[in-house]
Amino acid sequence: MKYYSLDSTFQFPWEQLAVAFWKRYPNPYSGHVLTEDIIHREVVGNRLFSKRLLTKTEACPKWAEAFMRRVHQVCILEESIVDLDTQTITTYTRNIGLQKYMTLEEKCVYSPSRENRQWSVCERQAWIISKVFGFASAIEQYSYKRFKKNSAKAMKGFVYVLMKLYTPEALASDHNLLNTGKLKKTARKAKELAKSKAEMATTQGNRPIFKYCVVAAVSVCVVLIIGKMGS
Amino acid sequence: MDSVGKDCKELKHAYENCFNEWFSESFLKGKKDDPCAELFRTYQECIKKAIKEKNLNLWELQRDVLGTSSEKAAPTSKS
Repeated sequence: MKYYSLDSTFQFPWEQLAVAFWKRYPNPYSGHVLTEDIIHREVVGNRLFSKRLLTKTEACPKWAEAFMRRVHQVCILEESIVDLDTQTITTYTRNIGLQKYMTLEEKCVYSPSRENRQWSVCERQAWIISKVFGFASAIEQYSYKRFKKNSAKAMKGFVYVLMKLYTPEALASDHNLLNTGKLKKTARKAKELAKSKAEMATTQGNRPIFKYCVVAAVSVCVVLIIGKMGS
Repeated sequence: MDSVGKDCKELKHAYENCFNEWFSESFLKGKKDDPCAELFRTYQECIKKAIKEKNLNLWELQRDVLGTSSEKAAPTSKS
């Protein structure tokens, strides 16, 4: 099991963050999110309970898609509670499908910053667990690295939505946020790496390395898919 | 954003517009009226069909983890 925790600060008040929370898709960093739906909603006292279902299959490299079709489609389920009394939004996100390869669960608590009441903080924790015999540790290690990167991207996406809603003038002048060139480069690199791995898989036939590639393919998909849920 | 059900997109957007307005103008201000209930109902009917067609694991979707003992806990010592 790999555990990850990180606190992030948003320079926006909690109320604004709460409004943006429901408007965070699409954003320039959420290209992999295909669909977004609310499948449960209930108000109990001062708390709003919701379940948001996301599908993100396009995140899979082409070579991995063949394996993905054999199993069920991967979805991400985000449970959330917006609590007015404690001024918190708590989310718990997990993958639905492919759990036998890997589970990625993430919990985030958004609340006003103690440092500055006009800011908010997100305390994020994530657990990555693979039970694939012989490869669990490698998968977890790789997934952990990917998850860290994807979480940063998801955070940027959320900040983008906040800026668009509340400080559009700052957004217009922030070239860094709009510069997706670097992201494209990273995506291309990943694609090349995936391609070489796929070629390796076909040449290796039924050797253990092939099994590793199948499992890696599925794990890459799960990480790519769920990783963008962060922040 | 698109909906998981191709035919649900319009219902989803109608509901979302209502919800976003209600969330910022009522809920966050402590008012609990629910003007979006009917829009949510029709949207959910559509979604339920789509979930069934796509063969998604309904039991897993309905299962609650947040706020239950199924939540993972932070490791007590090293990670």
